[in-house]
Amino acid sequence: MQVLIDNWGSILRAFLETLELAGLSAVVCLIVGSLLAVMRVSPIPPLRLFGSGYVTIVRNTPLVLVFILVVHGLPELGLKGSFFTRAVIALSVYTAAFVCEVLRSGMLTIPAGQAEAARALGMTFGQNLRLVIMPQAVRAVLPPLTSVMIALLKNTAIAEAFGVAEATGKMDDLVRDHADAILPIFIAFAAGYMIITLGLSRIVAWYERRAAAS
Amino acid sequence: MLMRTRILAAVGVGLALLATASACGSSKPKTGTPSYAATQASFAAGSTMEKLHNAGKINIGVKFDQPGIGMKNPATDKPEGFDIEIAKVVAAALGLKPEQINFQEAVSKNREPFLQNGTVDLVIASYSITDTRKKVVGFAGPYYQTGQQLMVRKDDSSIKGPDDLSGKKVCSVTGSTPLANIQNKYKSAIAVPFATYTECVQQLTNGSVDAVTTDGAILLGYAAAQPTKLKVVGEPFSKEKYGIGVKLEDTAFRNFINDVLQKAIDNGDWKKAYEATLGKSGNAAPQPPTLERY
Repeated sequence: MQVLIDNWGSILRAFLETLELAGLSAVVCLIVGSLLAVMRVSPIPPLRLFGSGYVTIVRNTPLVLVFILVVHGLPELGLKGSFFTRAVIALSVYTAAFVCEVLRSGMLTIPAGQAEAARALGMTFGQNLRLVIMPQAVRAVLPPLTSVMIALLKNTAIAEAFGVAEATGKMDDLVRDHADAILPIFIAFAAGYMIITLGLSRIVAWYERRAAAS
Repeated sequence: MLMRTRILAAVGVGLALLATASACGSSKPKTGTPSYAATQASFAAGSTMEKLHNAGKINIGVKFDQPGIGMKNPATDKPEGFDIEIAKVVAAALGLKPEQINFQEAVSKNREPFLQNGTVDLVIASYSITDTRKKVVGFAGPYYQTGQQLMVRKDDSSIKGPDDLSGKKVCSVTGSTPLANIQNKYKSAIAVPFATYTECVQQLTNGSVDAVTTDGAILLGYAAAQPTKLKVVGEPFSKEKYGIGVKLEDTAFRNFINDVLQKAIDNGDWKKAYEATLGKSGNAAPQPPTLERY
């Protein structure tokens, strides 16, 4: 236990790094994922093909492989962002495929009659999405979307092996130097991750209640 | 490195077969790994030695990703390196053949749990002897002594030692002792963790980091593979003593392994093991370390 008390400052900093990594990746993958979902339901065949191709390839690739491709591959193309940037790219590229599928499943729950009615009223595809489909779809997929975000947060742990000093990396440091306290260290870090994910679930639950009331 | 020379050797043999004794000078015939003196001695009843001898099998935790030390050869699917040879020396003293050893990968954070819960009987995995670790496991040895060094790009003359690392990105393996030394002693350097040394080396050659640091023996292997791109600089700035980990309370087993190591050092088996593995980097065998019997 002494180990945890002595190092709490650096443990907190490591979890902040994890949060930054997850937060930035969440923003990027939600944007990219939404675009992909729109592509997949759009009336333009090449976009539909691109969307489904992206999901098929990325969703069926292990995350570690995506990391290897991004972290080792980008410099070969002359792109040398920081390791943090590369980790955000890898996590976003990967998670966007899942966000896309979750959103698309939400869109499919909206009866086709609504889209047809909107079109009959003269709405464009964009207006239809923005005003009719998306608001209902997003509310329907909040629980699975939360699961995807929780998975994203836990997936940031992989970045410890790709140049980013985040929480799991800190855990490994402590384990190395304090072989006599491995179990308390493991439990403390598991608790750290749980505090963040439970916090996220609570925020979503609160939002859902509010949305339901309105 | 070892792996690459083996593959080259295999390709060389193939070419030689096809091209009827044409000049294929670089490919030497593959030398087998040495064998070690076995004992037929009987062991005290109830001792770990007797148990392992009678079981005809021993589980040993080793590294699978450190060239020259403990590295799984993808061609043969068997681990190779100095640690592996030391494992064979210990097994031979128990009356066990190399085939009777079950090598298991023990990454750094698994070493203590594996010993404590009995997953492995021994850990021989570039396992530095430290006072904290002595509280939870027993150490025989040291059987090898090395020190942390730096490897940089050949054309980089700005880094000559650890004192030149200010503001530089230094790569090593996640959760490893060399990385901790950089974090704790050279705080102005930026420590970059990666899963394996191979990946660190790649980030060094593509310019994403400025140096790779770990035990000198491992760096020399990588520098030797790409001598036009990489070089090892400066004197060792730490002392790592590799020990063999056993269960904390098993003093009899620990003493037995110390005796085995002493014998191997005296009768030349230790040197044989070195020359078959780390010695291939071209560095002559160092003075064997003095055992710490505690």
